[in-house]
Amino acid sequence: MVMFLSTVIVLAVVGLLMGLLLVFASETFKVEVDPRETAVRECLPGNNCGACGFAGCDAMAAAIVKGEAPVNGCPVGGAPVGDKIAVVMGVVAAPEREKKVAFVKCAGTCDVQKPKCSYVGIESCEAAMTIPGKGIKACTHGCLGYGSCVAACQFDAIHVVDGVAKVDRSKCVACGKCVATCPQHLIEIVPDKAPYAVQCSNKDKGPIVRQVCGAGCIGCGLCARLCEQGAITLTDDVAHIDYSKCIGCGKCAEKCPSKIIRMR
Amino acid sequence: MTSLALVIVTTALVNNVVLSQFLGLCSFLGVSKQIKTAASLGGAVIFVITIASGVANLIYTYVLDRLGLDYLQTIVFILVIAGLVQVVEMFLKKQVPAIHKALGIYLPLITTNCAVLGVALNNVTDGFGFFESVFAGFGTAVGYTLAIVLLAGIRERIEGNDIPKPFRGAPIVLLSACLMAIAFYGFGGLSLG
Repeated sequence: MVMFLSTVIVLAVVGLLMGLLLVFASETFKVEVDPRETAVRECLPGNNCGACGFAGCDAMAAAIVKGEAPVNGCPVGGAPVGDKIAVVMGVVAAPEREKKVAFVKCAGTCDVQKPKCSYVGIESCEAAMTIPGKGIKACTHGCLGYGSCVAACQFDAIHVVDGVAKVDRSKCVACGKCVATCPQHLIEIVPDKAPYAVQCSNKDKGPIVRQVCGAGCIGCGLCARLCEQGAITLTDDVAHIDYSKCIGCGKCAEKCPSKIIRMR
Repeated sequence: MTSLALVIVTTALVNNVVLSQFLGLCSFLGVSKQIKTAASLGGAVIFVITIASGVANLIYTYVLDRLGLDYLQTIVFILVIAGLVQVVEMFLKKQVPAIHKALGIYLPLITTNCAVLGVALNNVTDGFGFFESVFAGFGTAVGYTLAIVLLAGIRERIEGNDIPKPFRGAPIVLLSACLMAIAFYGFGGLSLG
């Protein structure tokens, strides 16, 4: 009986003391959080993707409350989230940022790229890059098709279709995870409304490109000469479009001998 | 001083908390998918176990032992450790936000971790004093961190491998942990002291 009573009493006392300690601690160590910060955080999507340039949604919420970030700075949530946050913060959202999407600069699908070997190994582009000749395709500059970008995407917006990664423009939020992942550096963030794009990244000279791929930029420079806006430049034997200058007239696509400047 | 160093080596390697005492297995298997998170959890465990073993020792020596209530050690330690971790978390949030940011999400996770309780109870069984307890706690936690980071490294490696279907998931992880345990068994052959 004594043992029973002492057990109950000791545990009750210890529990009570710990409880009091916690009450005391929660008062003493209370951290004042701006209530707006919690409200803003609830509006944000919570993917913690970092596309806004901050460490995550919590950091973004703190920055918005401090006025260091625009209320519509979340590229994932876009305008709807921006409006909600603007209500919380009591400001009018600045004009919406132009929607951008990722774009894979390669058109080397299975029908134009004959495999030069078979690959049995870890299903990732980084692993395939380590074998001599970079993957199974004849072209050593193009999409390897093992889907490292697919694994990196948090939004299910990029998939390997017919051997080449393809971006689902409706789902893409231009967070840039795939851009950072692609070991071939094939992915670029482009304005969603830009109509034409160069779908090749092969830096070799024309004849070599012709040998390895039926859909490659041969670096002839015709597009650069044709473009009245001066938006196309030829670097490393690949055409590149400057989207700040491109007006989408389509003259380049019309004349491109390899038909590699295409409507997206 | 040598005895304290000996305590650390013994607890970290020879009697590794996970691989030879089989404590803290749930977090060992659960949070070992990536080296980064495993290392953060390890940091939090080091922090909590070191503090908890010191406090548990004080409570045992000055309260439970004095009053002849040794048989209550398990339940009292659970109560005290759980409360202590909460207080420490609040303290860190206020005073050292940087540490709280790095370890914060793991602290509630290890409040009721059996490794934390196991160290406190082992210290009593071994008759350790205050400093020995703290060092034993620290050593144990370092051993835990070592084990979980190593396992995370192995799991990152096997992630991309072509594992036979029946072995995918938990089986291959348990097999890897088992092989690690066999390797750590070799430390038992160290002649210390």
